[in-house]
Amino acid sequence: MKIDRTNPIWRFHGITPMAIFFFAYLYLPIIVLLVLSFNENRLATIWTGFSTQWYSVVLDNSDMLRAAQNSLVIGLSATVIATIAATLAAMGMARGRFRGESGVAAMLTLPLLVPEIVTAIATLLFFIVIGVKLGLISIIAAHTVFCIPFAYLPIRARLDGMDPALIEAANDLYANEWQAFKRVTFPLLWPGILSGAMLSFIISLDDFVISYFVGGAGSTTLPIYIFGMIRIGITPEVNAISALMLIISIIFVSISFLIDRIRY
Amino acid sequence: MEFFTRHKRFWLIAPAVVYIGFFMGLPLLQMAYVSILERGTNGGVNWGSLSFDAYISFIFDRDLMDNLIINTDYLQIFLRSFELSALTTVLALILGFPTAFYIAMQPQSRRNMFIFLVTIPFWTNILVRNYAWMLLLRNGGLIDNLLNTIGLDTGGLDLLYTPYAVSIGLTYTYLPFMVLPIYASLEKLDHRLIEAAFDLGANKRKAMTRIILPLATPGIIAGSILVFIPCLGAYVTPELLGGGKFMMIANLIGSQFGAARNWPFGAALGFVLLALVLIAMMVYSLKFKKLPENAS
Repeated sequence: MKIDRTNPIWRFHGITPMAIFFFAYLYLPIIVLLVLSFNENRLATIWTGFSTQWYSVVLDNSDMLRAAQNSLVIGLSATVIATIAATLAAMGMARGRFRGESGVAAMLTLPLLVPEIVTAIATLLFFIVIGVKLGLISIIAAHTVFCIPFAYLPIRARLDGMDPALIEAANDLYANEWQAFKRVTFPLLWPGILSGAMLSFIISLDDFVISYFVGGAGSTTLPIYIFGMIRIGITPEVNAISALMLIISIIFVSISFLIDRIRY
Repeated sequence: MEFFTRHKRFWLIAPAVVYIGFFMGLPLLQMAYVSILERGTNGGVNWGSLSFDAYISFIFDRDLMDNLIINTDYLQIFLRSFELSALTTVLALILGFPTAFYIAMQPQSRRNMFIFLVTIPFWTNILVRNYAWMLLLRNGGLIDNLLNTIGLDTGGLDLLYTPYAVSIGLTYTYLPFMVLPIYASLEKLDHRLIEAAFDLGANKRKAMTRIILPLATPGIIAGSILVFIPCLGAYVTPELLGGGKFMMIANLIGSQFGAARNWPFGAALGFVLLALVLIAMMVYSLKFKKLPENAS
């Protein structure tokens, strides 16, 4: 390979091997998991041959399917509520400063700062005290909280990147606020909204700690179900279901990033 | 130019803020209140009867004569959490800095792809990530097998369910938080600056310590905080890779709402953890003004 003399990393010999090691460290576990999920052997870590049987075993498991259904219901509900609230908030926050703005901004990102376990137990105590029954509803309410900042940040970033002259032009041409929103802002904003919604959904789908504490009987989510399985032991079923979760997450995140790159 | 008039903006922002205030602000305030309540006899709390028992029991036990004796069990868990978080931060820095530097030196077109590769594991399920490490670390797992094949008879490494396993898992989980801010601070680094240093007779070490590291420092500080803080609150990794034998703060908190049923103590621990996080963030933002954009 020809050395690019204008790029200073050739001078620092350790850098490239470290970076290679870094990406190997990052992706080795993922690759091993994916490979072993197609292993036919009952012993989950010894390779004997290719098979997709564990996927069919997992997809036939009615408890797992019910958990997956719960996760979907929770994820969709939390995403819809959070995305609507986040879009409105981003529209209100973008451009033009106001008094107390930094306080409001801090409030909107608070859920990212508070350690998950603290959120989990505080919310659990709160629901017990105000008498909310622990179940799907309580999980949806709790998930919506941390979905809001995940939806808010990409939407806000997109709004901030928009050319303010466009709205001014719309106003100059006698569009009222609603028309300006519908005809100018929204068509430019939707990739941000969609990307934020997808991130919220994936974060909700993946959440374990909060669901574990604020859930109740009958509201087992997919991660809680997987946690229970891992606790029992390393089995090919867990390999398959983990690989499925992994693939779903990667697909969602990739789509979200692609959407976010759509030009203004 | 504003999108909306002032009073309309208020109503746009209100739902999100009120929602977070109600479902997160209020619960946190209530948790602080529960932490100074008396523990109920059958679990739960005695509303209205204030007591600092929860905070006292962090360090002291009461013996049969009702004397306070020092009990270091909980302190040890805190100490272990700090040690593991510090170790993880150092490991993440050792791995993360060269990688961030490497990515920052790539042509613009390739950088985004690398950054995307760094963030992908972050978006995958934390249980799945930790489970993958269980497959690698356990006796008869991949690492054990590899060592045996190359002739090292380990007789079972017993890597899984050790503090090392926890630290490896934590490093894996929080690595992107180290790479992204360092990358952000090195991204604008002009190659010619480094060339100039060499032209002026600097050796590698000089170029690194006088040019690259000073530029990377804000990113290194941000990254270290962003790794250290979530590590302190880690729940899943110690549970799975530590096998529940090496509790960290979050596991201790969680157990107060399970078998131990000591809500005030759990709330007090939660409050202390939250205070540590908020203080660290406040010191950071006062000292370094603004978080880099990748921080969140």
